[in-house]
Amino acid sequence: MAWQWFHRLGSPRWFYEKSSGWLPWLAGASLLLLAVGMAWGLGFAPQDAKQGNSYRIIYIHVPAAFLALAGYYLMAISGAIGLIWKMKLSFVVMRAAAPIGAALTFVALFTGAVWGKPTWGTYWVWDARITSMLILFLLYVGMIALSRAFSREQLADKACALLALVGTVNIPIIYKSVDWWFTLHQPATIKLTESSSIDPSMFYPLLTMIAGFYCFYAWALILQTRTLVLQREWRTQWASQLLGEGR
Amino acid sequence: MHPARKQRLILVLVLVALSSAAVGFVTYAMRNNMDYFYAPSAFAAGEVPFEKRIRAGGCVVPGSVRRAGDSLDVSFAITDGNADLQVVFDKILPDLFAEGEAAVVTGELMRDGTMRADQVLAKHDENYTPPEVAESMAGNASCGHGARI
Repeated sequence: MAWQWFHRLGSPRWFYEKSSGWLPWLAGASLLLLAVGMAWGLGFAPQDAKQGNSYRIIYIHVPAAFLALAGYYLMAISGAIGLIWKMKLSFVVMRAAAPIGAALTFVALFTGAVWGKPTWGTYWVWDARITSMLILFLLYVGMIALSRAFSREQLADKACALLALVGTVNIPIIYKSVDWWFTLHQPATIKLTESSSIDPSMFYPLLTMIAGFYCFYAWALILQTRTLVLQREWRTQWASQLLGEGR
Repeated sequence: MHPARKQRLILVLVLVALSSAAVGFVTYAMRNNMDYFYAPSAFAAGEVPFEKRIRAGGCVVPGSVRRAGDSLDVSFAITDGNADLQVVFDKILPDLFAEGEAAVVTGELMRDGTMRADQVLAKHDENYTPPEVAESMAGNASCGHGARI
């Protein structure tokens, strides 16, 4: 009995019907937070004493990197739930997370390169942080490729879940790389256990952007999951009825 | 929990643990190669090969930067608080290169113990401060003796 809610959560139909109500809230929240954070960070936050205006890329770079890492855990945990409880929806969420994660990782790498040129003097170096982030991008891309490599969905689901789980080892490596080894990339600015080494006037817009990226991520993930649910369930009565109505 | 599910849960955990251990061992075995650069102490300890392309990183010692009047030649020292390394360079330095800031140089260690660099990168620290705040802080060098580079 205790697990009933959990299994109901795994029903694609239940999810499809419930999630349509969440989407406008998430879209509104992310639009609001991103607009406020962007204007605040780019327009009103002060310049950095050393970097001038180029530091402002932090308002895209850091939230994108945060979500790229958190999104990987979400993808791997969805895969694990799918493997253990044989939950259909869980695999769908896992697959939906891959392209979004790949895009966010790309954004983090790209903005980092753009910032690296004026700051470091180079677009790219093969240090531990940047290389492990590139591996994360390749893992995401590998997930997308693997999910399309099988003609049977169930096989693809299992293979993807295994790849996602094996890849989780990379996440703590990315996170701790700047502390474990000498890297060109600087150590973390936002710290959980001590005070962050960024002035509050620059930090609050950054927090707003991070919150905005979280909402945007949830919105994009649900939207993508809904699309995949329909693609998989179109033969079922509820889905074909729904698709018929939309015609 | 259903026994079959419990078994699959254990399998998943074992998979993650084993793959993490495998990657962990490989990374541990290669730990010296995972560093992007050597610290000046490693040069002082003789751990760095001569006349091979290597990288060194450290804090640019304040007052050590000497520029030639008639060319781009520049020399400076980098330190990690324990040892200093002399660097010579003949190209344009990056904008954020400054005394008291960290830098990563690529080049060859000469027999006389100086490093001839063909690339100098500025290593930015993790601190972000508005100019007014930075001015009011005494001794604004971001890396110095004892500080992490």
